[in-house]
Amino acid sequence: MIFPEALFKEKTNIMYILGISAFYHDSAACLVKDGNIVAAAQEERFTRKKHDMNFPAKAIEYCLKEAGITINDINYVGFYDKPFIKFERILYSAFQYAPIGIGMFLKAMPPWLKQKLFTRKVIHKELKYEGELLFTEHHESHAASAYYPSPYTDAAIITVDGVGEWTTTSYGIGEDNKITILSDIKFPHSIGLLYSAFTYYLGFKVNSGEYKVMGLAPYGKPKYAHIIFEKLVDLKEDGSFKLNMQYFNYGAGLTMTNSKFDTLFGDKPRKSESKLTQKDMDIASSIQFVTEEIMLRIVKHVYKLTKKKNLCMAGGVALNCVANGRILRESSFDNIWVTPASGDAGGALGTALFIWHQYLDNKKVVIDNKDKLSGTYLGPSFNSSEIEKFLIENKANFIKLENSELPGKIADLISEEKVIGWFQGRMEFGPRALGARSIIADARSKNMQLIMNQKIKFRESFRPFAPSVLEEHVSEYFDIHQESPYMLFVADVAKEKLTNFSDNQDDKCGLDKLNVIRSEIPAVTHVDCTARVQTVNRDENPLYYDTIKKFYEKTGCPVIINTSFNVRGEPIVCTPEDAFKCFMRTNMDYLILGNYLLEKEEQAELKNDIDWKNEFELD
Amino acid sequence: MAKISIIRELWDFMKVRKKFWLAPIIVVLLLLGILIVFTQSSALAPFIYALF
Repeated sequence: MIFPEALFKEKTNIMYILGISAFYHDSAACLVKDGNIVAAAQEERFTRKKHDMNFPAKAIEYCLKEAGITINDINYVGFYDKPFIKFERILYSAFQYAPIGIGMFLKAMPPWLKQKLFTRKVIHKELKYEGELLFTEHHESHAASAYYPSPYTDAAIITVDGVGEWTTTSYGIGEDNKITILSDIKFPHSIGLLYSAFTYYLGFKVNSGEYKVMGLAPYGKPKYAHIIFEKLVDLKEDGSFKLNMQYFNYGAGLTMTNSKFDTLFGDKPRKSESKLTQKDMDIASSIQFVTEEIMLRIVKHVYKLTKKKNLCMAGGVALNCVANGRILRESSFDNIWVTPASGDAGGALGTALFIWHQYLDNKKVVIDNKDKLSGTYLGPSFNSSEIEKFLIENKANFIKLENSELPGKIADLISEEKVIGWFQGRMEFGPRALGARSIIADARSKNMQLIMNQKIKFRESFRPFAPSVLEEHVSEYFDIHQESPYMLFVADVAKEKLTNFSDNQDDKCGLDKLNVIRSEIPAVTHVDCTARVQTVNRDENPLYYDTIKKFYEKTGCPVIINTSFNVRGEPIVCTPEDAFKCFMRTNMDYLILGNYLLEKEEQAELKNDIDWKNEFELD
Repeated sequence: MAKISIIRELWDFMKVRKKFWLAPIIVVLLLLGILIVFTQSSALAPFIYALF
């Protein structure tokens, strides 16, 4: 028999840590219970405002609800960076570039004086929390988000992003429960900012359009790489680098590049939404190539220095899955693990785990060589009664499928070239949809890439789609020989699966390359015959796995398209309502919400929804 | 109260970072910054990294 006192004691011994990232971009919250990640979510999913930077009140509310606790049960709150050091950088930059920096200073000051300098007070006030509040450095948070959830107890760590407080790139080691940062590169010398400068120059939004540059790169050739290395980047043998700030304006101004940069590349920055030229594609290809070369050199140096077998990576640049693919193939590390929430949202996870392991000195345990992210399914879920209630209230026509018949039915629909909104279980944490909030379709279809881009996602035609593949079949279809559950590595499509497209077709330029059928799975084969692979295993997501398996049994193909459940500019759907609206507004054919299947043709039109395309600002 | 504690926090910060040379700059820039805040109704920082 357990005495009530014993129960009480056990309860009070539980340690809850709440991690927060906020006020810059991608606000998020993460709750850790005795070192285990209970919940994590980005604020944008709740507020429906992409990259929402406000205090993550709704994400925190969700995390507490998921654990069944209140703020009074929290032992520590962690914030993912140190605002004062960041403030120091901004003052220093304004001073250094004076009087030119006055414009930047004038814009930067108000949010700092109104809110960011008072981050401590704001957090206490918003949370109604009087307990301990700790601040970890930005790159410590990234390093922690990379190492602590990883399946290693001994690893090298690399973090690369735009900028934190001062640091833009760092490397170190993780041994047992301790992280040691060995070296860093400081602002304004930054790979992330270099990539963002080109993103800006190519007419895409900084901080959200970088993945478009990555997607555009294979349409071009790296003709300008030598200019970038000669004029913009001084790259050393050990991977350290300096940017030539004469060509950039982000140190002191309100743009990323300046007129000298324009002269170097022979044009002003491309206007947003204007036609993409071959030159744009060549520039995208060049900066992608340069980024890969810098990353590879850093990785090689870190290996030489640390001699670790394992490598963990985080930071916004670690979401460059083309570079990650090259690191996987070309570096000497045996194993590489990239945290799926590599951007600033992951800082919430990092700071919470940093407090648990580094500050409170708790052991890091790895069980069965598995990471601690549970497939990143760390967000909200909705049970059958909640979904059914919503559907009835909204007069939706639906049928209910049993768990046993769901995979077969969905596999049939995919094979009939139907596009399906897939809403199952807990939402993913991080920027990728991984089979919880996804749009899925047939990867074998010749027209599906175009249909999905233009009629479902309403986005640029050049952008590729990613495949989900049964883990045991990954090497048959792609040149990758390890699991890739978080869609963070790009690999070549296996030679055996490529079709014999002629040299004449391969010579096509620019967006004409899109119209060439290159493999047995053309909808997920990018123009350079690569794909951003997600491997699916039954342990992490049984329903998704079973559905692909049924599709495989029916068609002989273990690969389907998986893209995020949203339209351009919209955060990935969170609730059944978000999913239903997105389904009704686009040309998706079916929606599977838990066990409930909806066919588009059976639904009445959404009322009062005429202006929805203006609801989300284009990214 | 918050304003006083922030001054104390900034002072502690300069002590830890050994950056006392920042003090006059902080004072001047803060005064200038406060002026900016009071002379405009709304302000949104442009969406570029360096400001963060």
